[in-house]
Amino acid sequence: MDRVSHSRSRRLVPVVAVAAAAALTLAGCSSSSGGKKSEEGGNNASAGKATTPRMTVALVTHQSPGDTFWDIVRKGAEAAAAKDNIKLIYSADPNAGNQSNLVQNAVDQKVDGIAVTLAKPDALKGAIDKAKSANIPVVGLNSGVSDWKKLGLMEFFGQDESVAGEAFGKKLNEVGAKHVVCVVQEQGNVGLTQRCDGLEKTFSGKSEVLNVNGTDMPSVKSTITAKLKQDSSIDYVATLGAPFALTAVQSVADANSKAKVATFDLNKDLTSAISKGTIQFAVDQQPYLQGYLAIDSLWLYKNNGNYMGGGEQPVLTGPAFVDKSNVEAVAKFAAKGTR
Amino acid sequence: MKTPPASGPGQSDGRTAQRSLLVKTLARPEVGVFLGAVAVYVFFLIAAPPVREASAMANILYQSSTLGIVTIPVALLMIGGEFDLSAGVGVITSALTASMLAYQLTLNVWVGVVAALVVSLAIGFFNGWMVVRTGLPSFLVTLGTFLILQGVNLAVTKLVTGNVATDDISDMDGFDQAKKVFASSFDIGGVQVKITVFWWLLFAIIATWVLMRTRYGNWTFAVGGNKDSARAVGVPVAFTKISLFMLVGFGAWFVGMHQLFSFNTVQSGEGVGQELIYISGAVIGGCLLTGGFGTAIGPVFGAFMFGMVQQGIVYAGWNPDWFKAFLGVMLLGAVLINLWVQRTMTRR
Repeated sequence: MDRVSHSRSRRLVPVVAVAAAAALTLAGCSSSSGGKKSEEGGNNASAGKATTPRMTVALVTHQSPGDTFWDIVRKGAEAAAAKDNIKLIYSADPNAGNQSNLVQNAVDQKVDGIAVTLAKPDALKGAIDKAKSANIPVVGLNSGVSDWKKLGLMEFFGQDESVAGEAFGKKLNEVGAKHVVCVVQEQGNVGLTQRCDGLEKTFSGKSEVLNVNGTDMPSVKSTITAKLKQDSSIDYVATLGAPFALTAVQSVADANSKAKVATFDLNKDLTSAISKGTIQFAVDQQPYLQGYLAIDSLWLYKNNGNYMGGGEQPVLTGPAFVDKSNVEAVAKFAAKGTR
Repeated sequence: MKTPPASGPGQSDGRTAQRSLLVKTLARPEVGVFLGAVAVYVFFLIAAPPVREASAMANILYQSSTLGIVTIPVALLMIGGEFDLSAGVGVITSALTASMLAYQLTLNVWVGVVAALVVSLAIGFFNGWMVVRTGLPSFLVTLGTFLILQGVNLAVTKLVTGNVATDDISDMDGFDQAKKVFASSFDIGGVQVKITVFWWLLFAIIATWVLMRTRYGNWTFAVGGNKDSARAVGVPVAFTKISLFMLVGFGAWFVGMHQLFSFNTVQSGEGVGQELIYISGAVIGGCLLTGGFGTAIGPVFGAFMFGMVQQGIVYAGWNPDWFKAFLGVMLLGAVLINLWVQRTMTRR
């Protein structure tokens, strides 16, 4: 007994020593700048909570995994759910058939409301009809501004991608751009194509499309570099997502080009790039608001019978421009990952 | 691949000697892909004027190198008779590990870099160990890890950072140093060449030496050719296979570090689909899908061909809607040239 514990403790000594040494090494290796320690602990405003009966709402989107944009939509939805005493079921699939199954799944669970994105409206029609015949209220968000009424949805929250593209084109005219390349990170995506088409419609200079492989950042970087080299008259790069804008800045430097960068959508790093002036402006469709309002509207409908937009008009959440003049106001929210 | 009978002593028939040398050269697995790469290069030289500039070549080589650094170990693994479908997301796993560890604990970024290496090698070890231990096809085992890593990347990032992308680490200690190693560029005659290009070529040289001149290289060919006879003659099959998987982990780690230190943040959903590009690069480079055959230098040209086609289409200013179709046609064409060279040369 004694021997056993003795030998065990002897065996323990080197282990403890190694662990202690490792801890010391780690402590010695701490970074004196940046990192979590320097991050400001921004307090979330602790909101009140509704006393209405608990309800369940499903949010079904066409998010592809790991997209920063959808993460913000989801945060908005979660915030509304927490305030309204709602149990939120979030599910997503970029494949239209699978998304339709997810809506069906929500109907089977007999939820009290469904919020759905209409990236491919026709594919979702059957599942939405089933929800309606089960008397489950359905609202739309993000994409499908031209289809939500046809499908019989109650309300819609989002941005018209074509309108956003057109606004972007007008803004480019204002800043005096002559030749724009519109960088599409997912070839064949309807919403992204509409943005570039809208841009082309209002932009008075020359515009063209560049497809890049959005899942491989080094390839995005070198493809934009290649395009800038191929045509040196390009003076503006328009990207359709925040991470790609930050990469485009590097491409511009690599290509020794004088082109400027502007983008659709925001994130934390992008706001600091705008205040530094490396990115000119961003069009924000306020994804947080889309998620928040979609969930909140179902609560309002259930508890007070309200319709936002009166059941006739969509509720537009964008396009809102963020540039150097107003970036400070937005930056602190973007830092929390909610704007 | 028979060498023609040597000419008798005293005879000086230059033709025979010359032809046998030519045949021998052309029958080597990397020559077909080399000719394919040259064909693609010449094609774009004519079709896309900007390609003629040195800076365009630097850009093409950069793109090729980020593919090629993983393609080399993937090729070695394939020579060893196994597949790795988890390499693409493995790159992102590695970058996420380094970034989140350093940021969340506010450590010097080198701590994160080392931890990421450990994680990447461990993933490789797990893949290899599972394959050796269970005897399951590596296609299935690594398909499993591919899916696991894809989910873990997203879920852990979201859990740790509250977002789906990591925080910017560019102002932390050690970042500039690490950037010099993984993501800097050199000025060569006024052209900025990325450091990954040099690492890529260095790794290719080392891999070639190992494959051709060391016992480990022989083991690799042996386990890929016939596992049982390899074991019978005393080749440590388990060690060879597991270490080959760990080499892929090393390649994934290296490219992961490059991505982290050149873009400062990592998007957790990236990397899906890259594994197929690595495998195609190795196959175009003359490695057989069935194992036991291939070189380390062939995949260098394979990756170059990918980079060349991908960027060449943009340099040529072709209609972007056709991009993927062009890519497919060019690659098929290149592979066919490769195959034709192989067939005609080995038939004699």
